[in-house]
Order: sequence, then structure tokens, then C-alpha cells
Amino acid sequence: MSNRKIRVLVAKPGLDGHDRGAKVIARALRDAGMEVIYTGLRQTPEMIAAAALQEDVDAVGVSILSGAHNTLCPRIVQLLREKGMDNVLVLVGGIVPQEDLPRLKEQGVAEVFLPGTSTEDIVKFLQDNVKPRD
Amino acid sequence: MPTKESSRWEEETLQPALNKRPERKKSFQSVSLEEVERLYTPADVEDLDYERDISFPGEFPYTRGIHPTGYRGKLWTMRQFAGFSTPEETNARFKYLMQQGQTGLSVAYDLPTLMGYDADSPLSEGEVGKCGVAVSSLADMEVLFDGIPLEQVTVSQTINAPASVLLAMYLVVAEKQGARWDKISGTLQNDILKEYIAQKEWIYPIKPAMKLVIDTFAFCTEHVPRYNPVSVSGYHIREAGATAVQELAFTLRDGIEYVQWGVDAGLDVDQFVPRMSFFFNAHNDFFEEIAKYRAARRIWAREMKRRFGSNYERTLQMRFHTQTAGVSLTVQQPLNNIVRVAIQALAGVLGGTQSLHTDAYDEALALPTDRAALIALRTQQIIAEETGVVNTVDPLGGSYFLEALTEKMEQEALEYFRKIDAMGGMVSAIEKGFPQREIQDSAYQYQKAVERGEQVIVGVNKYTMTDEPSEVPILVIDESVRTHQLERLEQTRTRRDAGAVANALDKLKTAAHKHENTMPATIDAVRAYATLGEICSALRDVYGIYEEPAF
Repeated sequence: MSNRKIRVLVAKPGLDGHDRGAKVIARALRDAGMEVIYTGLRQTPEMIAAAALQEDVDAVGVSILSGAHNTLCPRIVQLLREKGMDNVLVLVGGIVPQEDLPRLKEQGVAEVFLPGTSTEDIVKFLQDNVKPRD
Repeated sequence: MPTKESSRWEEETLQPALNKRPERKKSFQSVSLEEVERLYTPADVEDLDYERDISFPGEFPYTRGIHPTGYRGKLWTMRQFAGFSTPEETNARFKYLMQQGQTGLSVAYDLPTLMGYDADSPLSEGEVGKCGVAVSSLADMEVLFDGIPLEQVTVSQTINAPASVLLAMYLVVAEKQGARWDKISGTLQNDILKEYIAQKEWIYPIKPAMKLVIDTFAFCTEHVPRYNPVSVSGYHIREAGATAVQELAFTLRDGIEYVQWGVDAGLDVDQFVPRMSFFFNAHNDFFEEIAKYRAARRIWAREMKRRFGSNYERTLQMRFHTQTAGVSLTVQQPLNNIVRVAIQALAGVLGGTQSLHTDAYDEALALPTDRAALIALRTQQIIAEETGVVNTVDPLGGSYFLEALTEKMEQEALEYFRKIDAMGGMVSAIEKGFPQREIQDSAYQYQKAVERGEQVIVGVNKYTMTDEPSEVPILVIDESVRTHQLERLEQTRTRRDAGAVANALDKLKTAAHKHENTMPATIDAVRAYATLGEICSALRDVYGIYEEPAF
């Protein structure tokens, strides 16, 4: 076990500008002792994967409320894997219909957090699921 | 301030009751985390003067409303925000809502349209028709309003960064229908300041974006005099996490900023300010919301008089639209949202709103289905026709609590004005990140209060169910919408005169470079079927794009 802090990239893909959730999560993860990098708005999946690699993160938290999750999330996972980030967890938060959850998980999304989720649950999920590194 | 009488009451009546049963909580807070007192009495309103501060409806400072007869003369406009998928689908929804008794239209555009991209831009992938209707050129707009007479129906358009382009499309469609520009009415949201503050759907840097807004003011004042070219919006500020006071203060200060820019551009206050409208949220905390609307009218009237020297009643009267709080809707036990919306809408009505949108119960899940949209409209009709709250003007006026709260919110908003004025105005305050930080901080504090259980959300942090009954059907918009839109876009590009488009776009760039009013050139470009993306790109070339200050 190392004492390395969990590093998380909070990302806003697509054209949507509603960033209340992304910023609340970023602050909650920071308060829980994690290192958080926020991408800013309107990032393409390519930009998000490049930032994840450059920042050497353990997890990418994707905030999406626009309904474009089925297009954007699988592409983010795929690009991360192509760049060799096999252990990087991809979490999704936002407005995602129940029917879409199984498919997103099949496509490699570790967890989807729906509206009403407590930030403590997200912190705990990361602490339990991020693989310790040397 | 305790009076002799209140001290007696506390000692003789209150204390024994508290000894027997203590209150449920140490502190009672509004949804804005503001402390609410146990009791309000005449002592709380003794500094208020009826004539000066409250007055009669239809008279300065309009605390009790802008109409002397309230809703006895005319009910509010029931204006449901709608838009999804293709222009054909949204056109059908509009016609359906009007058949059901809706009295005005309100268009929701999809994200590519809001951001000034065409449906075939790579950045639009996955987003076409999802959050609203997809409009890339005049050809889409013609379908959207097919069979809807624009001289008779007022249409509100929620569009901001590319607002001048959508206004131009609207005007050209109206013209093609044979409607006269001086007869048509409606509202363009066109509030770019709150985009930088809250909703973040911007394109250009702030100053050129403000110039585009002022162009629409000048153009409408001259050519479309019954049209409201801006709806200064607190709605999105609140949704982003602001408290009620922050919503009130930042919205009205944005309004003052537009007036100042208009005056600086040589417009006459009493010609353009009467056509400015406002847009507020209706959140859960019933009295806080009603006080907010009443305070808003009073502040606006006083500030227009004090800052701009106006004495013209239509400049002083603040008119506003209200929408119930999307952010308050829960995914959990979604039918509960019907009740939330009804109570929020009632606050809007008791606050004297001019028009109202009630959210559909399924909006925390997706865009509303027909059935959900219908219940939302019926909610307004029940308030209007069954509850009796429309029978008298400002029925809650004179309540010790409400009047004290109205006064307190006014004072707190004025304190924000002083800070923002000291920063050099709202544009500078936004460039410094001030309102953005205030809102983020409130959003975080609220989330923490929910997680501590101090703010209760039924079905989320109290009265939760592991096995929720009956899933609700939701509206699904698939990628066939994009295919359909791409076909029309391709047809449009093939059929139009390419030389005329290039020429019109050049003229628009020239107008932008020379700081001329861009509206005439925008209208010409739209008439030539230049697309939204092409027009916004031309302006991006001249103005550049906005970069957000770091988080």
C-alpha cells in the first residue's frame, strides 16, 4: 500500500453547460482528501482521455445531463483502454434513464450515480474500488 | 426588537409551552438556509410605511403587483416550455398544447442550437433533438411554426448566445406568413449575463456578446415594438445553486447592467426598458418565493427611478415569467413531483407572475411525455379555476411574516448591489468570478445540509422506499432525429444560392467589425438560408470565443 492520494478527473463532455453537480462533486472529493482535476466544460472524449493520461488519475467522473450519455460514455471508456489505462474507473453522474444502466455497465462504466446520490456514497465507492498502486 | 407585549407573551404563554414540549429543532431554516423566526408581529413591520413601501397594486413601488385588478382582469399566461426531437414533432406538441387550452408558446432548443452549431457538426453528435428541438436554418424554423399564426400567438424562445440569429429566423418566418413585425409579440430570452454566471451556454467573450444583445434591443425598439427582446433570468442562477436572495440580487443587477449598456448605446430608457421582461424560479420554500417576487418588483421600480431617473410607469413595472424548480424534482417516487410543482406554482401565482411554466413530473428522468406535460398544464388550470386565490389582489400582503421577509430580502439584495457596483458593474464582477463563486458555495452548503438531514427531500433522504412502485414511462429520443435533420440540412445547402450566402456572411462580418447593428445583416443571411452554424462561425471569426476563468 502506498499513501498516494486517490486522483480523480471530473469531466464534462458534450455541449451541456450545467456544471452544478460536477463542481459540488469536485469539492466533496477534495474535502475527502482526494486530488481532483476538473476539465472545464465541453470536452470531447479525446480531450478527456488525454487529460486522464496526463494527470495519471485513478478515476474519471463524467457528469452528463443532456441525454448524450449513450454516445459519449462508451467512447471515453474505449479511449482510456486504448491508451492503456485499464484500471482507471469510469463513473457517470447525471440524468440517465434506468433502461440505459445495464448497457453502460457492459460497456465498461464502473458505476452510474443518479440524482439524489449522497456525495459520501461516491467518496466511499472510490475508496473501496480504486486499486492501490505501488 | 422585543416589545413589552411580546415579552409578556414569551413569559406567560410561550415559556410554559416550551417547558412542556420543546420545539422539534433548534433552528428552522428556509431552503436557502436562512433562519426563520418563531413568530412575526407588528413589531417586525413597524419600519414599513404602507404608502411608501407596499402601496396599492398598480402603483409605485408595485410591491403588490403591477395590475390594479391582479388576476381579476386577466389570468397569467399559461406558457409551457416545449421542444424536442425534430421541428415536425415539436410543431405537433405545440398544436396539442394549444388545443388543451395553453395560451402561449415557449420553444426549447437542443444543445447544438443553443451553442450555435448545426446538426451536422461533429460536436453535435449524440445531442441532436435531445434537450429541445433541433434548428439549424430557416428551413427548420418554417416547419416549427407551420400552421401557427405568429400575429396571434405569442412565442417565447429560450435562446441566448445565438439569440439574434433565432430572432432573425422568427421574424423572417413571420414575414413569410404575412404577419407584420409591428403586430407580433413574444419574448427572446437573450440573457447572456446569466450564461456566464450560471448556465454556461456561451459562445463569444462577454463584451461582444453584450453588444449583440443591445443590437436586438435597438432593432426591436424600432421595428418590432411589441416584442420583448430580453428575459432577464434568475431561473438558471437558482438552478445552479443560488439562494433566493442571490437569485434576486444577481438577476436584478443583470437587468440594471442591460439598461446601462442600452443607455450607453444611446437608447432612451423609457423606450426600451418597458419591453424588458424577467424570469424567476419557483422553488420549494413557499413564503420565501412569494417575498422574492414582491421584493423584485419593489427593487426594480426604485432602482429604475434612482439610477436612471425614470418616472414612466411601464419602465418602473417589472413583469416576469415563472417556472417551477426543475432542480427540486426527484427521480425517486417521481409522482411526488406533481405535488411539488403545484405548491411552487401557487407561490408564483401568489407572487403575481405574468406567465407560468409548470414542470412535468418526469423531468428529473427525461423530457416530458404528452401525459406528463398535460398534467403540468392542468395544475395551472386547477390553481386558476378552483382554488380561489385569483379572487383578490396580493392576498398575502400585510402578513407580518411576508412583509418582513420581503423587506429583508430587498435589503440583502441591495447589499449585493453595493458589492457589484464597487467591482465596476456586473460584467466586471463576472470577469472576476464573483457571482459564480457565491453560487457554487451556496450549492455546496445546500448539498451538505441535505446530507446532514437538515434539509429534507421526501423520498431521497427521508421516507425512502427500497421497492418503488410503478415506473413511469419516459420519452426516448433516438439518433434517427439526427438523420432526419441532416437530410433537411443537406437539401437546404443544395437548393440555396451559395454566392448569396457567402455574400450575406461577408456583410455580417463587416457589420460586426464596424460595430454597426448586426441585426439587418443577420436577417439577410437567414433569408439566404445561411445556417445557424455558419452565421455563428462568421461572428466567432470576428469576436473570438469565451474562456471561462479557472475553477
